[in-house]
Amino acid sequence: MNERMVQLDVLRYDPQVDDEPHFQHYEVPCKEEWVVLDALNAIKESIDPTLNYRWSCHMAVCGSCGMMINGEPRLSCHAFLRDFEGVIRVEPLANFPIERDLVTVADDFIDKLKRVKPYLIPGETRSIDEGEYIQTPAQLMKYRHFSMCINCMLCYAACPQYALQPLFLGPAAITLAHRYNLDSRDGGRDERQQVIATNEGVWECSFVGACSEVCPKAVDPAGALQQVKVASTLDWFREHLLPGDTK
Amino acid sequence: MAKSNKPIVWSLFAAGGTLAALLAPVLVLLFLLAALGHAPGLLSYAQLHAFAAHPLGKLFLLTVIALFLWHAAHRLRVALHDFGLRQDRIVAVIVYLVAATGTALSVLYLTRI
Repeated sequence: MNERMVQLDVLRYDPQVDDEPHFQHYEVPCKEEWVVLDALNAIKESIDPTLNYRWSCHMAVCGSCGMMINGEPRLSCHAFLRDFEGVIRVEPLANFPIERDLVTVADDFIDKLKRVKPYLIPGETRSIDEGEYIQTPAQLMKYRHFSMCINCMLCYAACPQYALQPLFLGPAAITLAHRYNLDSRDGGRDERQQVIATNEGVWECSFVGACSEVCPKAVDPAGALQQVKVASTLDWFREHLLPGDTK
Repeated sequence: MAKSNKPIVWSLFAAGGTLAALLAPVLVLLFLLAALGHAPGLLSYAQLHAFAAHPLGKLFLLTVIALFLWHAAHRLRVALHDFGLRQDRIVAVIVYLVAATGTALSVLYLTRI
């Protein structure tokens, strides 16, 4: 197995000690097939145990290890060292406050996620005796790729609108709301629309599309938001122009 | 939080964008050709005047001009926001006023043909 020295500039910040974040340079012996996360683990194990970062699965499933790598939001378990040249710059996810080193405070995203009710709100209640909610493969395909979101927050780090307007609900939360709205078993769309069809919801999006470019699971949040805009526009005309509907 | 009223301008923006994507390149090419003196017979003054004089021709021209204007207005509003201009209300009033004026003038001139 080939081994080579990889150089990393890692952003360090301990709010109890440092006034400002600063870069720390590391040289790490790495194997050819390693990813950036392996390099960070090697630093933590044998060079500098004080380095802090989040990770769990090492296989692009848990969504914990998102960070800015050479300025781009990436999962560090998915960023192969062989694809980089020279010094690799590693920073915490943009647009989130730093808790410590590469660990960010995700409270804002978690709060927004809760607000869009990203869970099944059954359209019809069924007793256990009546059995499960049946869904055909065609009904599943309508929302399936939107359900692949792993809440890694890379789309929030990439979104220029979220950077400008922190109140913006953001790509992942609206996409997940859309995922449940599209679910044939769900009846919660009206509740979610109250949150996402607002100025700080989907209408803050200007369709830059960076969210879909950085998404590691090909969820295409930008596509979801465009679909939400079309559906919300039809709602608006229905609510304001058709008689009898005063919602 | 109240639902947004942006669908009014966004629907015009989206419709205008779709139309612009389909028609704008062709129109630019045809007008360039005409400006360089290579106008095909179909684009002669008499032909175009007859087209604009017909009610359906008027409707088509108004649709194209107005939707292009509303698309451009909303695009400009969003672009200015993206560039960091934080005066959305003033910007919105100005750009939509221009689009509305353009629409009204189109109606005026088309009815005069």
